[in-house]
Amino acid sequence: MSESTPILRVRDLQKYFPINSRGFSRRHIGDVKAVDGISLEVMPGETLGLVGESGCGKSTAGRAMLRLLEPTGGEIEFAGHDVMRMKKRDLVPLRREMQMIFQDPYSSLNPRQTIGSIIGAPFDIQGVKPEGGVQKTVQELMERVGLNPEHFNRYPSEFSGGQRQRIGIARAIALKPKLIVCDEPVSALDVSIQAQVLNLLEDIQDEFGIAYVFVAHDLSVVRHISDRVAVMYLGKIMESAPRELLYTAPVHPYTHALLSAVPIADPDRERARERIILTGDLPSPSNPPAGCVFNTRCWKAQDRCFSEAPVLREISAGHKVACHFPETGGLNAAAMTAPATGSDFSEN
Amino acid sequence: MSVATENEGLPSLDVVVPEATREQITGRTLRQIAWMRLRRDRVAKVSVAILLVIVFLAVFAPVLCGLLKVDPYTFHSEVISDNGGLPIGKWGGVSKAHPLGVEPGTGRDILARLLYGSRISLLIAGSAALITVVTGVVVGIVAGNSRGWVDKVLGRFMDLTLAFPVLLVIIAMSPVLEQRVVAAGVPDGNTSRVITLIIVLSVFGWPYLARLIRGQVLGLREREFVEAAISLGASNRRILFKELLPNLWGPILVYTTIAVPGLIGAEATLAYLGISVLPPTATWGSMLEESVGYFTVDPFYFCVPLTMLVAAVLSFNLLGDSLQDALDPKAGRK
Repeated sequence: MSESTPILRVRDLQKYFPINSRGFSRRHIGDVKAVDGISLEVMPGETLGLVGESGCGKSTAGRAMLRLLEPTGGEIEFAGHDVMRMKKRDLVPLRREMQMIFQDPYSSLNPRQTIGSIIGAPFDIQGVKPEGGVQKTVQELMERVGLNPEHFNRYPSEFSGGQRQRIGIARAIALKPKLIVCDEPVSALDVSIQAQVLNLLEDIQDEFGIAYVFVAHDLSVVRHISDRVAVMYLGKIMESAPRELLYTAPVHPYTHALLSAVPIADPDRERARERIILTGDLPSPSNPPAGCVFNTRCWKAQDRCFSEAPVLREISAGHKVACHFPETGGLNAAAMTAPATGSDFSEN
Repeated sequence: MSVATENEGLPSLDVVVPEATREQITGRTLRQIAWMRLRRDRVAKVSVAILLVIVFLAVFAPVLCGLLKVDPYTFHSEVISDNGGLPIGKWGGVSKAHPLGVEPGTGRDILARLLYGSRISLLIAGSAALITVVTGVVVGIVAGNSRGWVDKVLGRFMDLTLAFPVLLVIIAMSPVLEQRVVAAGVPDGNTSRVITLIIVLSVFGWPYLARLIRGQVLGLREREFVEAAISLGASNRRILFKELLPNLWGPILVYTTIAVPGLIGAEATLAYLGISVLPPTATWGSMLEESVGYFTVDPFYFCVPLTMLVAAVLSFNLLGDSLQDALDPKAGRK
């Protein structure tokens, strides 16, 4: 995989939402730094999981990569195209290659359009005439994602959440894209339905060789589907590593805290599980702390963490971390040492 | 809420729904539900029936008048008294020859005038409603979907239009505008009058709907299906008219059924003030204006156009109410 070139290369991507003063003058008084300089690469056919708690900018990052939100700065290279500098109009044909699956299956389908016209929209918009006609292709797609192809004339309101998400998937894969940004595609679904939809996404990936950027807050879901995982906090990437490495040998304190929050299905082990509970809320992205953004909640923070922002550096092959004092020795070591050094977090 | 923790793979939970069960559950589209509710609504049915009768009478006025051998313009001096010109007989001179009586002073047949008058009243109200709705919807969608200066300019323009004292401006503007209409090549007389009326009524009508639609679009455009369309590369035009417009039919339909009676009333008011069609052509409004002078001695003459006007306006309003209920997905009717 390392020999081939990435399908998506993002460098120092930023998305700031301006804050304007109230009243007539509307002066620019600050920015919400939703995404503050993230860099990542996605290989063809690979799944990159993007995790983090609510408000860390992962959805914004996903949208900015596709320029559904206009990035404030950075570089985006997709399949050899400089997406960042392309005009919106020139971007239209490129949208065949990069698609999106949305979080809310109730709001992502137009309630006044039939399933047939929703799934057929990519052909219509891009002016693609599939072999055998649009309707036949749409019905094949419906069958592929596990919907009854005879229902193409029905409206979204007649389908359940899981079925609607399948409709959204059919729409996204209609033009055989190379990259799909999945924005929390299963977080609105029941657990049993989550598994079905995840399996469908995996099958489709195997079949068409699509690369996914999989945005989610559910660590188990991300572990299940991702090849590599990047952990975001307050608009920055804290740690990124191949899946197994990240889940078994995390080095960033924040990753430790996140992983310790995952419940275990076995009640005995669940009771014995060590948890790191982070205190406080996410700091305001409009006024991030100086130095390392995690320093307000980190039990290992030292003077250096308050003055100097750590850069994302590679500590072993494919394992990058942005921390001055990365953990070594795996998950349990962190949980053991944590109470001794920290006073602003508690153990449960 | 997590799916699995230690297990490598997720359990496969593909539930197979039997084909028979799938078929039994047939959903209804929003349109079907609205249609079903309307068909159950007695008020709506009566309103539609009355409106259809009124439109039928207006469209076939020449035929009907021919069959009844009445004419809106012929003077009948034999059915009015010599002193004062009041209709001879009870109920404003109702007779076999003149089913709804005759006009005092001239002896013209009221039924014929009423039927011919419907044509002009409905033409003005209908055309003005059409222009109002199309303009209002287009401006409203564009304003709602565009952020920044386009929305601001359109919004201020709406505010400005709404701030005019409408009646005063129409009274002052109409003669001037009519000269312009004639200068543009439209035949002078009733044609230019009707076109002038349609223009002034439309000019001051659209901002109401535009505001309503703008508000709706502000909510709709944040929905993810709009973003989905953008992510597919959809043009602005497609988003406006294929994604957003179909979600706006409810308010548009309801507004139209409320706008038409308002416009019928407005035309009547303007006719009463003497800026509608020229005599001897009749509209409901001009008939009302003439009949007011005879109200004490011949109240029946006043009642005829009034009944028609009230019937049309009331039916439209009630139909609008019923449509609003039928199209509201949250309205549960017992």
